[in-house]
Amino acid sequence: MVTAVPTTDAGAQPGSAPPTKRSLELVMLAFAAIVVTTALVLVELNQPQGVTRSVLYDGAAYLALFGAAHVAVRRFAPYADPLILPCVALLNGLGLVMIHRLDLADAASAASVGDRVPAGNLPHQIAWTTFGLALFVGVLALVRDHRMLARYGYTCGLVGLAALALPGLLPSAVSEVNGAKIWLRLGGLTIQPGEFAKILIMIFVAAFLVTKRDLFTTAGRKVLGMELPRARDLAPLLAAWGISLGVLVLEKDLGTSLMFFGIVLVLIYVATERAAWMVIGLIFFLGGATVSDMIFKHVQQRVTAWIDPFSDYDGAGYQMAQSLFGLGTGGVFGTGLGAGRPDLVPEAHTDFITAAIGEELGFVGLAAVLLTYLLVVMRGMRTALTVRDTFGKLLAAGLAFAIGLEVFIVVGGVTKLIPLTGLTAPFLAYGGSSLLANYILVALLLRISHAARSPAASSPPRKPVAPLAEARTEMVQRP
Amino acid sequence: MNTPLRRVALAVMGMIVLLLANATYIQVVNADTYRTDPRNRRVLLDEYSRQRGEIIAGGLPVASSAETSGQLRFLRRYLDGPMYAPVTGYYSLRYGAGGMENAMDSVLNGSDGRLFVRRLSDLVTGREPSGGSVELTINPAVQRVAYDQLTRRGYTGAVVAIKPSTGEILAMASTPSYDPNQLSSHDGAQQESAWNADTSAQRGAPLTNRAVAAIYPPGSTFKLVVTAAALEAGKATPQSPLTAAAALQLENTTTLLHNFADQPCGPGATVTLKTALVRSCNAAFAELAATVGEADLRKQAQLLGIGQQDLAIPTPVTPSTLGAIPDVAALEQSGIGQRDVALSPLQNAMIAATIANGGVRMKPQLVRNILAPDLSVLDRTGPEQVGVAMSRVTADQIRDLMVAAENSYRNDGKINGVSIAAKTGTAEHGADPKNTPPHGWYVAFAPAGNPQVAIAVLVENGGDRNLEATGGSLAAPIGRAVIGAALQGAR
Repeated sequence: MVTAVPTTDAGAQPGSAPPTKRSLELVMLAFAAIVVTTALVLVELNQPQGVTRSVLYDGAAYLALFGAAHVAVRRFAPYADPLILPCVALLNGLGLVMIHRLDLADAASAASVGDRVPAGNLPHQIAWTTFGLALFVGVLALVRDHRMLARYGYTCGLVGLAALALPGLLPSAVSEVNGAKIWLRLGGLTIQPGEFAKILIMIFVAAFLVTKRDLFTTAGRKVLGMELPRARDLAPLLAAWGISLGVLVLEKDLGTSLMFFGIVLVLIYVATERAAWMVIGLIFFLGGATVSDMIFKHVQQRVTAWIDPFSDYDGAGYQMAQSLFGLGTGGVFGTGLGAGRPDLVPEAHTDFITAAIGEELGFVGLAAVLLTYLLVVMRGMRTALTVRDTFGKLLAAGLAFAIGLEVFIVVGGVTKLIPLTGLTAPFLAYGGSSLLANYILVALLLRISHAARSPAASSPPRKPVAPLAEARTEMVQRP
Repeated sequence: MNTPLRRVALAVMGMIVLLLANATYIQVVNADTYRTDPRNRRVLLDEYSRQRGEIIAGGLPVASSAETSGQLRFLRRYLDGPMYAPVTGYYSLRYGAGGMENAMDSVLNGSDGRLFVRRLSDLVTGREPSGGSVELTINPAVQRVAYDQLTRRGYTGAVVAIKPSTGEILAMASTPSYDPNQLSSHDGAQQESAWNADTSAQRGAPLTNRAVAAIYPPGSTFKLVVTAAALEAGKATPQSPLTAAAALQLENTTTLLHNFADQPCGPGATVTLKTALVRSCNAAFAELAATVGEADLRKQAQLLGIGQQDLAIPTPVTPSTLGAIPDVAALEQSGIGQRDVALSPLQNAMIAATIANGGVRMKPQLVRNILAPDLSVLDRTGPEQVGVAMSRVTADQIRDLMVAAENSYRNDGKINGVSIAAKTGTAEHGADPKNTPPHGWYVAFAPAGNPQVAIAVLVENGGDRNLEATGGSLAAPIGRAVIGAALQGAR
């Protein structure tokens, strides 16, 4: 069992334990709080009523919330990576400011036509953030060693698959929102089980690959200088491919399908160290994509709207065109927070929040957000590189890559690089399930990074070191 | 396992770089395309937060912006909306801007270079920025008569009145018209229903400014161009003999081209050019066009502005055209303003104005001055001479022919003591021309000795007279009323 070793009582040799860098995390969190509060001030400045003192309270509340998360990290995972939490806090805070900003725009346009002012999305998102951080602390407190997760590998896999498949199999009345069957409606609450399934399945695949790793490295025939795996070893990959196609067909969700397949493929590649898997996977992907484009109408629509959104400007291409107008109007430096019209893009607070950021903060702001994501992914990859155990490596790589892939799919969709898929930007966008799942994801990543950086985990359990002269002889077992 | 991990990390970096490159393409390289796309409402929304300049005609603000308490701060309002609509255009949140609102947008919204110093001082002094104003050449009295004359009988058509010496447009009416106040409403549903009605073909597409954005076969009014070409090329004089036959067999065909009502042009075998123009004999002019030849006809048409692609007043004007003239038969038909010849009412008024101005063509102008928000003059348009379309001698000869023509017409609404030079036209069109009510034309200028106004009147599809309609019966009374209003103002 790994126990937290605070820097202050570093044991027999003072200074030998590496610094925890928790203070750096706190400083960076304060920095994120300043950035977010400034952003909020800018939004308010650009509104008719101007800035009120409540902005300061909002900033303080934000800092208190993430301060609590920081204290939990200090307590439960003191050696955790010091940059991941501040980055996530920054993204989450920016998302809250943007959602608040869009609420203001909706309220203003409702007032101008004399409609009832809508309640707004901000209170929900704040509640979800609080709940997400509570979950974050809970996971850190509960999962004291990530390796224990491997023991529940198959359970996780089963629950994950069920969660992934559930909305697709349930009647549309309970599971369909805006054409995608990825929801569960329970009373007043709608949750997206797929977001949680993503993590459960990663745990399963990592655990599975650790035990069956040898299987995948058995060489088959050699083609074009590349060792192909044996046909029968393709089964797990084929299963993943089949499941993601099933998601696509039953749930009409391009994004989840793509995420699922991408993560499994990368985990297999990392575990086996064989590029052949990547090539085979990409061929599967291209085949699946081509066939889906030919067969499924909802895929075709997305592809047409992607190739030329202006060809059906008033229909399928409208949202994409509005996004491009917003991004173009924003230009390099943006219109300024609160001074643009990101509310003209439908679903600006969820799928298209990055378009809203690109409009008001410009290319510069969008690039900053993307680089913040990149930082989180790179810190996660670093964790995967440094952690000793194979399961930890695979899980960290999967968690980090999941964020990177999701950002690519979302932002690529919004900026017309790839077809639109209907995923949301982690931490930025409005949506409870995504926020909760991603806080669990980050908690696991921090847990692994703690294991990677903590002296207790990085070396085998230390025995009391006696002077060499007093060393005893050892008995070696006979062969 | 670390090698693939590093590769995956690199791949994620590559993905982010790809996103950044794509964002650069959209937000930096292509930004202006998206920003200025007419469907991008952001720019318009931004404009609604500033006081837009006025459009002024004869001292009256025919388009102005008033502050509201709504989310869109300023509401665009139009005085006598339908009457001035062809001049002002519209300014709509949902459908963008049209007409003068569109053509002079940079001045009206304040972004024009001529307002730069003003903007700078706004910035320094904290004065609220506002757009410049546009003062038109329109004379409200003439505009009102033109619009009333067209709408009184429910005609679909257009009237253009030009001051020959300067090219200033005194009136530009088009019916059926629309109310731009409906399109500039801040109520989206009202905008939409107005837009649908204004673009509906069943209702005659009111949004189309027939004075400049539509071209029609000019019929007999085109005989002025043929006459000018013949006189300028020295191929005829007003006394030259032309066939008096009631019909002419088109060269190399068996088709007959008939005079109006199949009447012979005179008792003898020939008539003079003068008589042929006064009586508007088709056979005679078909013969004359063949004598002039395609090259000289085209040259004269071009000198008069037909075929000019980039004319803007500053609203763009649809180019008039002679069409293709593949053979002599086509040339003969074109000589009476049929076949593929098509002129806009503005173009036809410009021809009359050029003759009135002694052959010197002036650029038609709708904007007199550009004004700063405090109404001080920033820029004066001033008359602009385009070129000499014909000699003064030719112009005077044609004027005399037109005076004779006017004197031969029925006495509908003639003005005492004013000598008018005019030419009517009754143009067939459509797939079944003999059974489709013709377009009626009237081009004129007055007073003949010292022209103050040149006009073109077009009434589509026989107005209220169906197949019996002629230019003389439909369009001439309107033209004379407009001339009367213009001369009253000029005196």
